[in-house]
Amino acid sequence: MAYVRPVSKTTWYLAKRSYTVHMVQELTSLFVAILAFILLWGIGAVAGGPESYQAFLDSMNSTGMLFVMWGVTVVMFYHAVAWFSVTPKAMPIQRGEEFVPGSLIAGGHYVVWVVLSVIILLLAGVF
Amino acid sequence: MARVNKALFWSLFAAGGTLTAFVFPALAVVVLFTAYGHPPDIMAFEQIHGLLSNWLVKLAAFGTVALALWHAAHRMRTALHGIGLRADGLVAVVGYGIAALGTVLVAYYLLRI
Repeated sequence: MAYVRPVSKTTWYLAKRSYTVHMVQELTSLFVAILAFILLWGIGAVAGGPESYQAFLDSMNSTGMLFVMWGVTVVMFYHAVAWFSVTPKAMPIQRGEEFVPGSLIAGGHYVVWVVLSVIILLLAGVF
Repeated sequence: MARVNKALFWSLFAAGGTLTAFVFPALAVVVLFTAYGHPPDIMAFEQIHGLLSNWLVKLAAFGTVALALWHAAHRMRTALHGIGLRADGLVAVVGYGIAALGTVLVAYYLLRI
């Protein structure tokens, strides 16, 4: 039987930088879930009428939520950058014999992301 | 069956990852302003209620929240496996169960607006 080097089931991703980065990217999903639940909560509050919506706004305006939302915001920008940077690997596009350069696919996604974000922030009245 | 499920959950994960990458950073900024006590104009009740009354917006909101939940459920499942938790069946049932519940809830709320 061939020798199999023992690998820790719980800390293997600390052995190599690329593994650690992968694990960090997996954990961005926790923050995706947090924001999804906040949006769900807000939509539920809107459905409940003006008073329940005001209660939602009051709950959002707290020191705890401020910490949570800073974390969520920073991680969401990281998630977007990381996600689009691996999109060319997950979704390679072939044109004839050649593959479209990965930088072009990632770059296209970044441009769409920036334009979409500016539109959302403008419509929301952030600026 | 197992293979079909695998492809299905992976597509939901990929679709949710892409959709959230496009819109969640901007939405997070809007919520962050709200947490500071300076909600952007759209967060006023009349505004947000009017917006969510539109069927296209309802559909977009449903797709965004639901896919975000399925994305997170699938990725947390692989992450938990990655950090050594071997109760994959239980993790899958709980994670996908929460995502399914959230999907039903957001649809219910949106239909009441």
